[in-house]
This record gives sequence, structure tokens and C-alpha cells, in this order.
Amino acid sequence: MEEVSVREAYGKALLELGMENQDVVVLDSDLSRSTMTAFFAREFPERFFECGIAEQNMIGIAAGLAAAGKIPFASTFAVFIPGRCFDQVRMSIAQPGLNVKLVTTHGGISVGEDGTSHQSIEDLSLICSLPGFTVIVPADAIETTEAVKAAVATLGPFYIRLCRPKLPLVYGEDYRFKLGKAVTMRQGGDATIIAIGLMVKAALEAARDLEREGIYCRVLNMSTLKPIDEAAITQAAAETGAIVTAEEHLEHGGLGSMVAQVVAKNRPVPMEFVAIKDTYAKSGKPSELLERYGLTEKDIEQGVKSALVRKR
Amino acid sequence: MAMMSLPEMGGPKSTSATSVEAEAFSLSASVAEMEAMAKKLRRHIITMIGKAGSGHPGGSLSSVEILTTLYFKLMRHKPLDPQWPDRDRFILSKGHAAPLLYATLAECGYFPVEELLTLRQIDSRLQGHTDRTITPGVEMSSGSLGQGLSFALGVALADRIDGQDYRVYALLGDGECNEGQVWEAAMATAHYNVDNLTAIVDNNGQQIDGWNCDVMSLDPFAGKWQAFGWKVIEVDGHSIPQLIDAFKEAQKVKGQPAVIIAHTIKGKGVSFMENNPDFHGTAPNTIEVELALKELE
Repeated sequence: MEEVSVREAYGKALLELGMENQDVVVLDSDLSRSTMTAFFAREFPERFFECGIAEQNMIGIAAGLAAAGKIPFASTFAVFIPGRCFDQVRMSIAQPGLNVKLVTTHGGISVGEDGTSHQSIEDLSLICSLPGFTVIVPADAIETTEAVKAAVATLGPFYIRLCRPKLPLVYGEDYRFKLGKAVTMRQGGDATIIAIGLMVKAALEAARDLEREGIYCRVLNMSTLKPIDEAAITQAAAETGAIVTAEEHLEHGGLGSMVAQVVAKNRPVPMEFVAIKDTYAKSGKPSELLERYGLTEKDIEQGVKSALVRKR
Repeated sequence: MAMMSLPEMGGPKSTSATSVEAEAFSLSASVAEMEAMAKKLRRHIITMIGKAGSGHPGGSLSSVEILTTLYFKLMRHKPLDPQWPDRDRFILSKGHAAPLLYATLAECGYFPVEELLTLRQIDSRLQGHTDRTITPGVEMSSGSLGQGLSFALGVALADRIDGQDYRVYALLGDGECNEGQVWEAAMATAHYNVDNLTAIVDNNGQQIDGWNCDVMSLDPFAGKWQAFGWKVIEVDGHSIPQLIDAFKEAQKVKGQPAVIIAHTIKGKGVSFMENNPDFHGTAPNTIEVELALKELE
């Protein structure tokens, strides 16, 4: 299975959009070689703003650029946006609804050896709490490119969360991202697995394993986390009667919480949550951490079985 | 800059309802006319906040001459076309001075003066702190301190990319300079050699809990800005002639940003509010409104 860097996909997408659209400007806070905004910086130095290690100021500059008609992309690690500058994102971007695109990398625990301080497991909860933000967590490099294009084409504040490792492709080159629409990756009638980011691949593997045991799972990629696709969730609850969510984030406030809210309101069914339980992770290899903190296909399979026990 | 006479100072120049293009605001006011306008704005501030029953009179009153000078003498703007691309931009970073900004905008003709009395009421366009999405002429949503200089820098950089020549003004409070983000922005503005932005600090010496020097010392204040790469101009922030000269001097500074430290008195113009931190964020009661308006006759 081919593995491709989502960060590189972001950097290349920016470069391409920079050529097409003179209004695209990019900001980074001393991490341009990690977030891959360096590609854009090299090609369009007059439209790239190195902000140094000062994320709060970067958010304000981005807001001002947007107010003056630019389409700013501001990037750093997911621990720093929105964590380091939440109030700046809130008042300078979210409240006026400015057209700023925040694209963060190194989300989740798959950042690995850098450890607790660098593992962003609260960012989705924080950013989804802000009215008006569109939040996307792509599942692979191809979806990343598509999401970045959608962000440019759509007015309003965006948050796109990427991870550090290369990811196996789950889509072909012909994939076209539809904002706000869950993608049915696999059909099934016994239960539904709803996943984001690198957990989409794990969900597909779990569904394949479960099929060997005679359990047929639907798999949804909820890459647009906000506004969440309520119709797809409600339909999945009605048609499959059990839902398992899978995300590289804390159990509270992320995908699981958002899906549960829709399910509780529209069509209550048993749910299980594959996510990081109320704790911080430590240093380790990404694969070791994903296993230690319960984010593998085996955990998803267990979740499906637990939900099915309670299914009427 | 267009200088055309107006039948009455303070009105937008467009006289015909059918005129397709709004005209630039006349900047021909004399110092005496601006001083009269400053007094009028102070009366508005007292009346508005008194009617609302809450708000921040102290920091509005201390910035009156700064806004009067900018809007009536220096800034290129069109009250009937608030989004005019060539306009100079005024960014109010100390968002609690919203009543002053609203009064100034109303007197320029952005919206009716009568609307000032809706301050802070439900469905009013005049929110407790500024909201750029609903108030004509308001450039930035503010209220949480420390963010305006960064925003202004972004606007100034967009101006540079586009090769335009508008000017960006950002008004900060001195207490606001406790915020670390102000200094991040100060560092970056100098780093980018931005010279189309003028920062103004309303240096009234006080913040909510008391005098700056007791709450969090800023000294040496001018020295800090200089050390961050800024040209510093210090003036009496209640002297319109000094402010005019300072803004003109700031415009001439090239290759680096300039900050005007305007020495002011919190609550200026109302004896019992002057240098009284109690009136940072407390509205005057009915009797106090009456007393204040008498002093401002």
C-alpha cells in the first residue's frame, strides 16, 4: 500500500493555488519546513509571512489580511492552533467570521516521540466549539489536496487538521471532496463505523476483518467534522442500528461527542467510542502509541462487537 | 487628499441621494471646530453610556481628541461608502472605547446620531464592544485586549502586497500593553519594515485596578517601543494641534513603524471622572450624567 505524506500534499496544493490565485497568502510561525509551507515561501516570498514563534500575532495578522481581501493560510502544529491562540482565533477570526484558513500539522498522538507536549488531542474539541468554523480532517493525501481547494473556494473560517506520518491512500486520484458530506467507504447493514483522519484506514481494515466473522459494517469517512453530516449519521443509525466512532483525539468533544449528539437527538442506537480516554499519552513510536492508547483496527472491532451486544 | 468645503462640518459630502459615488469626507475643519466637536463627542459618550446603564466612560473620554483629529482632519474616508477600497483604516484595539468610535462615526455620517442612544440594547448595531460585521465604519471586532496591532499589521501588509497607499491607524490603551501579543506585533511590524501603519497609545496611566505603575509597570514605555524598532513621538493627547503635527511626522517616517504615545487623562473633561479608575467601566447615574453634561456645555 502506497503511503503518501499529507503535509507534502498540503504544501504542494498551496503552491498550486498560489499560482492560480494571487489573493492566496501564507503565514507560518517558524515551522515552515515541517508544515511544508516552505514550498510556497520559496516560490512566492512576497506573499509569505514568517511570523516567528508568535502564534497569537500570526492569527491577528491573518485576520487583518483577510479583512483586506486576502485568503490567508496560517500554519503551525495542531498543539499551537488553536491551543496557544484560542482567544485570538475566537475574537479575531471566528466572531467576525473572517476568511482565514488554519491548516495544522502534527495532530493527534501519531506525532510520536516528541511526547505529551506535542501531541494535540484537544484541538478538535476547541475549534469545533467556535460558531461558524468549518473543520476538516482528511483521511489521506488526496483528500488533503481536495480539502485545501475547497477551503479556498469557500468563504469563511476553516480549520484543517493533518497528521505527521505518511498515510496509506484510501482514495484514487479521481476522488472529489464534497464539503459537509460524509463519504461511504464501504456498505454494510450490521453496524456503522464513523472515522476521521488516519482512523479511516483502520476502520476499513476492521470492517474487512469483521466481514470474515459475518459482521457487515458500513464505514463513513466524516472528513468534514463540522458542519457534521447529520443526514448520513441519522441514516446510518436507522439502517444499521449501531455506531462506533474512531478518532485520534480525546473521547470528549471530538467526533464521538458530535456523532452522539446527532444520534441521541434523531435516532438513539448503541454507540461505542474509539478515542483517547481522559488521559495524556507519552513518547513512543506512532504505531506503539496508537496501540497503547486504543486506536487500532482491533479496538474498532471490539467496539463494534460491544455495540452489537446492545443492539435491539 | 480632497479638501472641499461643507455647508456644515461633520456631514458626509454627498448631498444628492442619487449620486452614484459617495464623496470623500471633508477634512477642512479648523482646530476650533474640532475642539467643539471633541466636546460634542464627550457629551455623546456620557449620554450614551448613561442611557445604556453600563459601559466604559474613562477610556472613551481620554481618546476623544485622537479620534477627532483622525476622522475630521487626517483620514481619507467615505461615510456613505464604508468599504471604499482606498480608505484609510482605523483599528480600535481598545474595544471598550466603542462609545467614542460610535459617536465619531455618527457625527461623520456613517449612521444617524439618534442611533447612538441604542448603545448596548438588544438588536442595536452598537454593541458593547465593537463588531465589524454589523456597524458601518467599524473595521475590527474587538473587546479582548492586545489583538488590534496584529490585525492592523495584517491590513498594512495587504496594502503593501496590493501596491495601494492607504494608511492604517491602530489605537491601543496603555494598560493593554500588558498583553504579550502587543509586543509580538511590535516586533513583527518593525521586522517587516512596515511604514504605512501608525500606532497610537492612549497613555492615560490607568487601568481597571488602578495606576499602571501599581498594577504592572510599563516603564520605560517609550524606551520599550524604541527598543522594538519603532520611531516614538510623544504628545499631549488632548492637544489637537500637537496631534496633527505628530500624525504628519509619523507619516514621514520611512522604513520603520511609528508610534504616537499620547499622554492623556482618563475621564478627561468630566471633573469627577478624571483620573478616577472607578469610571473605567462604570456608567454614570442620572445625577452624574446631569453634572457631567453641565461641565461639558
